[in-house]
Amino acid sequence: MSTRALLLRRHSVLPGFNLALGFSLLYLCFIVLIPLSAVFLKTFTVSWGTFVDTVTSPRVMASYRLTFGASLLAALVNAVFGLLVSWVLVRYRFPGKRLVDALVDLPFALPTAVAGIALTTLYASNGWIGKLLPFKVSYTPLGVFVALTFIGLPFVVRTVQPVLEDLQRELEEAAATLGASRLQTFAYVIFPALAPALLTGFALAFARALGEYGSVIFIAGNMPMISEITSLLIITKLEQYDYAGATSIAVVMLVAAFLLLLLINLIQAWARKRQGR
Amino acid sequence: MSAVIRPTDKLAVADAGPLVRPLAPARIADAVSEPAWVRRTLIGVALAFLTLFLFVPLIAVFVQAFAKGVDVYWAALTESDAVSALELTLIAAGISVPLNLVFGVAAAWAIAKFDFRGKNVLLTLIDLPFSVSPVIAGLIYLLMFGLQGWWGEWLRAHDLKIVFAVPGIVLATVFVTFPFIARELIPLMQAQGQEQEEAARVLGASGWQILWRVTLPNVKWALLYGVILCNARAMGEFGAVSVVSGHIRGQTNTLPLHIEILYNDYQFAAAFAVASLLAALALVTLVLKYIVERRAKASHQEARNEH
Repeated sequence: MSTRALLLRRHSVLPGFNLALGFSLLYLCFIVLIPLSAVFLKTFTVSWGTFVDTVTSPRVMASYRLTFGASLLAALVNAVFGLLVSWVLVRYRFPGKRLVDALVDLPFALPTAVAGIALTTLYASNGWIGKLLPFKVSYTPLGVFVALTFIGLPFVVRTVQPVLEDLQRELEEAAATLGASRLQTFAYVIFPALAPALLTGFALAFARALGEYGSVIFIAGNMPMISEITSLLIITKLEQYDYAGATSIAVVMLVAAFLLLLLINLIQAWARKRQGR
Repeated sequence: MSAVIRPTDKLAVADAGPLVRPLAPARIADAVSEPAWVRRTLIGVALAFLTLFLFVPLIAVFVQAFAKGVDVYWAALTESDAVSALELTLIAAGISVPLNLVFGVAAAWAIAKFDFRGKNVLLTLIDLPFSVSPVIAGLIYLLMFGLQGWWGEWLRAHDLKIVFAVPGIVLATVFVTFPFIARELIPLMQAQGQEQEEAARVLGASGWQILWRVTLPNVKWALLYGVILCNARAMGEFGAVSVVSGHIRGQTNTLPLHIEILYNDYQFAAAFAVASLLAALALVTLVLKYIVERRAKASHQEARNEH
């Protein structure tokens, strides 16, 4: 049975389906699927007991707490300020607005290593911002949070902004006509419409923060048990040629990432369903 | 004014009066916007947040780069390790961007122009590298081609090196930039449908002719944007490349890795000098993105007006 008979549902007059799909699948297998399966196959060579011991050892547990905690906090801050920034960009006019709008994507475009050294220098105790603060930021867990906030900044803005732009102003006018205050209109009309996009942006920022490495390692100080993120722990194990240990921790992080991806898809399906009604 | 008022308008004019009418829209606008002080506060807080987390770090890169003067800056960029890091970065981007471009076009053609079972699964799989963290992206190639890896022994027997050498860096870069172009093309080509391609087919165009003359011109801005994003990520990738590079100075260091070495050597001005190159690339990316988005909007508008 050819791929055409197996896969094609509707007849099409256009050519090139077999070639395009065949090449895509081959490329996908060689670049993504086979290498990624190596992680899971490698874990199967480790006994269950060793696996559990590795991924629950105190140093690894401390790194989860820091990674998940700082990522969650950074994603929350980004949810609040991302909503605010997208609101200001869509609804208000101020000088330099286009420039600000374009620069929001900077964390997407700026290499993480560059962001890392810039933030570290700024938030060091003799840096421009660190000088003004009464507490240490660079080389502490707080620094991890700062780097992850920078990294996750565009996600919420870029998911909420288009939804806010498409929001019908008539709904707000109707709410005003019915006697709602501006704050009530926001809480009962605008916010519920933005909620799915906000949640998606939050989850995307959180997922991105979980795997972040480049910007964090410069600012974290990387002290075991205190300011060591999980990604760095994987690298440390690799440098000690403990491939099995590194892979075990990687599997935990991959599963967490895939669960988040699933959650994001569910949120979006829920949003589509609500929109359809 | 009075010339255009017809008898039917009399009632409205009498009710509202010509002086009151222009005020009405202003009141509606008031009802769906915030008082001036709220607006100013919100703008102020948003800008303060962006300044602290975005603008100051960006400016700091350039200020620190020139902190020790133009001579140090220039020396840091022309030093042989920096030049070879730049070369390797260009090689990695020069290979991974075209590969992912071909993949992006092929995947978008299959997904957007045809119906087949498992399409959603394929879409999810294409997005997969986005949710794999950079360090793990490097790790998977180490598990395959490293000394302890699947093909480690075989590679050593044949005197081939992939990991801790240029091929590994290229592979890791291809992986992390894998979805970029496909993700830009697929939604747009799905939205455009296949009527134009079918018309070209009926008129006797071959598959390649359709691709070159119909499909690609229709998606050129999205394609360009995808290439820009893909290139920016390819040149700036740190985590994945760091795992497979081996950090051999002058041989397997890309620009981001070179920055790390300089920074850890306390050569801050030099580190920021090299960083300023990548920051400039990021700014160029943002400018191109802005232009592409405006063009895309304009051509969208044009298409609307034609209908």
